[in-house]
Amino acid sequence: MNAVAVAGLCRRYGRRWALAEVNFEVPEGAIVMVAGRNGSGKSTLLRVLATAIRADLGTVRVLGYDVHRDRESARHKLALLGHRTYLYEPLSALENLAIVARFLGRDSRRNALLELLEEVGLADRADDPVLTFSAGMRQRLALARVLQQEAELVLLDEPYGHLDPPGFLLVDRLLQRLRRQGATVLMATHLLQRGRRLCDRALVLDAGRLRFAGPIAGMPEPEGADGAGFAEGA
Amino acid sequence: MLLAALRKDLLLQWRGRVQMVAIFAFGAAALLLFSFAIGPDSLALRQHAGGFLWLALLLASTLSLAESFEREMEEGALEGLLLLPAGARWLYYGKAIANWAQLAMLGIALVPVMVVLYDAGTLRLLSLLGVILLGTAGLSAPGTLYAGMTAQARGRQTLLPLLFFPLVVPVLLAAVKATSLLILGDPMGQLRAWAMLLIAFDVIYWSLCGLLFGRVVED
Repeated sequence: MNAVAVAGLCRRYGRRWALAEVNFEVPEGAIVMVAGRNGSGKSTLLRVLATAIRADLGTVRVLGYDVHRDRESARHKLALLGHRTYLYEPLSALENLAIVARFLGRDSRRNALLELLEEVGLADRADDPVLTFSAGMRQRLALARVLQQEAELVLLDEPYGHLDPPGFLLVDRLLQRLRRQGATVLMATHLLQRGRRLCDRALVLDAGRLRFAGPIAGMPEPEGADGAGFAEGA
Repeated sequence: MLLAALRKDLLLQWRGRVQMVAIFAFGAAALLLFSFAIGPDSLALRQHAGGFLWLALLLASTLSLAESFEREMEEGALEGLLLLPAGARWLYYGKAIANWAQLAMLGIALVPVMVVLYDAGTLRLLSLLGVILLGTAGLSAPGTLYAGMTAQARGRQTLLPLLFFPLVVPVLLAAVKATSLLILGDPMGQLRAWAMLLIAFDVIYWSLCGLLFGRVVED
């Protein structure tokens, strides 16, 4: 069964089409790299799949739910790590995770949440307000928030952004853990070598149009120095 | 869900309590300036005290309502909760109740300022508390909706009062009348009628705004 099925997806901002006639399917349990230059539509695609924004045209099914009609049902099964961290800056790392836990009906006690923070290397800053965190630490906490959701479909928009080398390894471990759990992952990244190593499939977007969808081995090579969206960042 | 939302908003308010002190100072300053407009005529001051109390509360409410969405928008936290999914309606009611509590406390805190500046006291303190609770409920329900609607808009500082003020005119009118009756005396027994009007508007606003919130914060 497909975890994601997209047909004729179009989304525009004003007069500009961010996504045009995008069609693809992702089988359950696949780890998919979403590649493309800046502004190619990667974030828009992930946000449509996450039900954060609506498509203007086309149908999008996520884990069997139509994201237009069954928005709430789909949301129970997916998690998004976006460009914004979804954190409350005046609250501590623990308090941020406790809020999510309460809404999800999960264990919001300190010890349970500390385990999560331990996993992302923030246990020693558990009681510090997010306001005092660096961008990389915020990204780690946002990753903990994603882990906390135990979602079946995980959408990661540039998860390596702002992270240091140990942070890169943390994301690698997170992907491996999600694979073991059987989750489907779509990860937008510019780190192609890393993506090739960790992912099974790829989607390549160019100016809102899908240029490639298939197994990672068949993904086109970067087009020289001009292929700015395909440069390895680290 | 409602408890989780309310707890989250009360925690955020507690962390931003310094801002609350500033908003109280703003309300007190407004009361002081209004008293200058009337001059030293003590009878005129007493007659206008109820109106000015509610005007000061209304002006201060635009600051506190806008502030309540500031934290939600900084890192997209509100969107994050909607995607959990936390349910837009519960998020609305959690925030509206927290805003109501904040506005009611502000109203209660401004009463002594009014008494000192306008020589306008009342012995019917429980009734005054009831009017403040009903009036601030009528401000917080539509105020939370509009603050959510304008939180992402450019020029939101202008947009919020522009949308909010006309909608709360009936609530303001009823609250001012009821407060004035408590201060100046109520020989005709009209207080009950104004209180009922406030209750009616509160019921309408709290029901409708909860239904509409999802539509204004979702794409």
